Amino acid sequence: MTTVLYSAYLFARKERLLSVAQWVLVTGYVFHTATIITRWAASGRTPATSFHDSLIFFSWITVTLFLILAIKYRQRVLGAFVSPFALLLLITASFLPKQLVPLAPVLESYWLPVHVVLAFLGNAFFALAFLLGIMYIIQDRYLKTRKLRGIFFVLPSLDTIDELNYKCLQYGFPLLTAAIITGAIWSEYAIGSYWEWKHRQVWSLITWFLYAALLHGRLTAGWRGRKAAILSGVAFVSLIGSYFIINILSGGAHGLAR
Amino acid sequence: MNLVIVGLNHKTSPIEIREKLSFPSQTIGEPLARLTNHYGLAEGVILSTCNRVEVLAITSEIEKGTWQIKRFLSDYHSIPLEKLDEHLYVHQGEEAVKHLFRVAAGLDSMVMGEPQILGQVKDSYGYAVQHNTAGIIVNKLYHKAFQVAKRVRTETKIGESAVSISFAAVELARKIFGELAGKTCMLVGAGEMAELAARHLQSNGVREILVANRTYEKAVDLVKCFCGTAIMFREFPHYLKNVDIVIASTASPNFIIKPEQIHDVMRERKNRPMFFIDISVPRNVDPEVNTIDNCYVYDVDDLQGVVVANLHERQKEALQAEGIIAEEIELFYRWIKSLDVVPTIIALRKSFDSVRKAELAKAVSTIPSLGEKELKVLEAMTSAIVNKILHHPVTHLKREANKIEGDLYIDTIRKLFDLTIDEEAVKKAAQSNDD
Repeated sequence: MTTVLYSAYLFARKERLLSVAQWVLVTGYVFHTATIITRWAASGRTPATSFHDSLIFFSWITVTLFLILAIKYRQRVLGAFVSPFALLLLITASFLPKQLVPLAPVLESYWLPVHVVLAFLGNAFFALAFLLGIMYIIQDRYLKTRKLRGIFFVLPSLDTIDELNYKCLQYGFPLLTAAIITGAIWSEYAIGSYWEWKHRQVWSLITWFLYAALLHGRLTAGWRGRKAAILSGVAFVSLIGSYFIINILSGGAHGLAR
Repeated sequence: MNLVIVGLNHKTSPIEIREKLSFPSQTIGEPLARLTNHYGLAEGVILSTCNRVEVLAITSEIEKGTWQIKRFLSDYHSIPLEKLDEHLYVHQGEEAVKHLFRVAAGLDSMVMGEPQILGQVKDSYGYAVQHNTAGIIVNKLYHKAFQVAKRVRTETKIGESAVSISFAAVELARKIFGELAGKTCMLVGAGEMAELAARHLQSNGVREILVANRTYEKAVDLVKCFCGTAIMFREFPHYLKNVDIVIASTASPNFIIKPEQIHDVMRERKNRPMFFIDISVPRNVDPEVNTIDNCYVYDVDDLQGVVVANLHERQKEALQAEGIIAEEIELFYRWIKSLDVVPTIIALRKSFDSVRKAELAKAVSTIPSLGEKELKVLEAMTSAIVNKILHHPVTHLKREANKIEGDLYIDTIRKLFDLTIDEEAVKKAAQSNDD
């Protein structure tokens, strides 16, 4: 519903629609939060161990970040991109088995919530960077072809988008790094080895390198604008790819459960 | 009096054609002289801006005059007429007056109601006066046009909202840079439009303005107005790496900003975006520059596209302006017609009166016994005959003169009675109407 309202806003460009969309999003968010809390209570641990749960958690944390961003930077239009993305995650989740999967006892650890929250916060920042990248590419396209109409008028300026994109990467990257480290520590505690060279870990490393390269490029070689937007898209696809493929291939929890 | 305007503008022709047809102001005397000397036109004015090229002329035969102007444009710029013709519009007689008034008032401009065009129309008239191609009709016509433009400006809100090329440029800059505070702008060429855009940018927070002009003194002059920095023209490429917004408006016939150069500049400035506003015709910035990442090039035509969206507001005001113009055209036409009809009537009366006087004198000389009283009676009677005979023709002439076919009546009368028009009388008539 929020998605529909945001889309309506994009086409009609009426300020009131945007406000309504935002309120619907917040209402949805409250219910979403409640669901996550009940599931947390039911399973007794961070509700991100099954694929279904993790998607819902991912979606929730992305919306959380968006709401913070929307308040802090007054960039409410981003909601029009965040809400379809969150919706997509939720729809995917609804096709997956809902039952709570018991976690292998070896994985029971305090490191679980730490690792999971860090990883998803990082993912959410990267998701926002990716959505901002899409916004940038759209806006850049309008300006380059000089056909200024439709959503051109409501999207923020290129510099603003680029700035936010950069900020998201700056926050996302340390989180991803921390997630990988905590994951390694957890792995050491659980199965006695820091690094297993499993699909998941390799993919994470590839993604980490992609983001590292992107950040480095931005800092030193002046990659910015469209190029940076495309790269943050590519890196995010790799991130999502690793996340989906591994979850499907190994049935959750990075295949460590087996 | 036959008035013709032949020309093309941004609506009828692409920039590629307009740039070929432009007349640089420095050398405009030569084409003006050619127009009146070789093409048989009585008076002529050439208006050449980046959005339009128009030739206004007074001619004895309207169709022939129109054809001559077309030939002049084609000959002068060596473009075959077949190629040119599809872009040209023709306004004759009253339509031409209307067109001129609308142009001067900014109603025909790319950005409706923009004020620069009035200055350009004034300049074009100034050149005609300077080169002796403006006569009595052109003088009156242009003064009227300036009056109309002023009326439109004061009586409507057409110039109030900041929709103009320069404002469009500011809007775009905002969409690229967000905040303009702390940005740097460079003018390459110090034209009026560029200056205006720079002023807008400055009032929106642009911090530094550099001006490069071929005549360094002009750059220095301009810089005083907005506390900028004048730089030598040949050195402007070295400054590009620190400049966010470039406004190009030189009269150079070639591209002065090229993609190779900008590739290097972008590397040096770590790809921070650059915005090129090219308001010159012919264009100064190679359109290829737009394909470089983080570079945005807008030429005059592109800016037009941008402002179209903002123009709806002005349409309403324009309607009112058109009303003012219609009113003024009527006034002007009344004057023009009277200009023709008054001297014609004077001449007609004179001619009849001289016949009467001559015949009366002849008759009186054959009757020597006539007394003072009889002479008076004869004088009164002959005058009455002349007046009564002329009564209907004169009334009709006065009435018809305000209609479209009025010229025909005047022409017929002049031919039938072999009238010569007294120049003094024309001038007097012109002055009496010139409030």
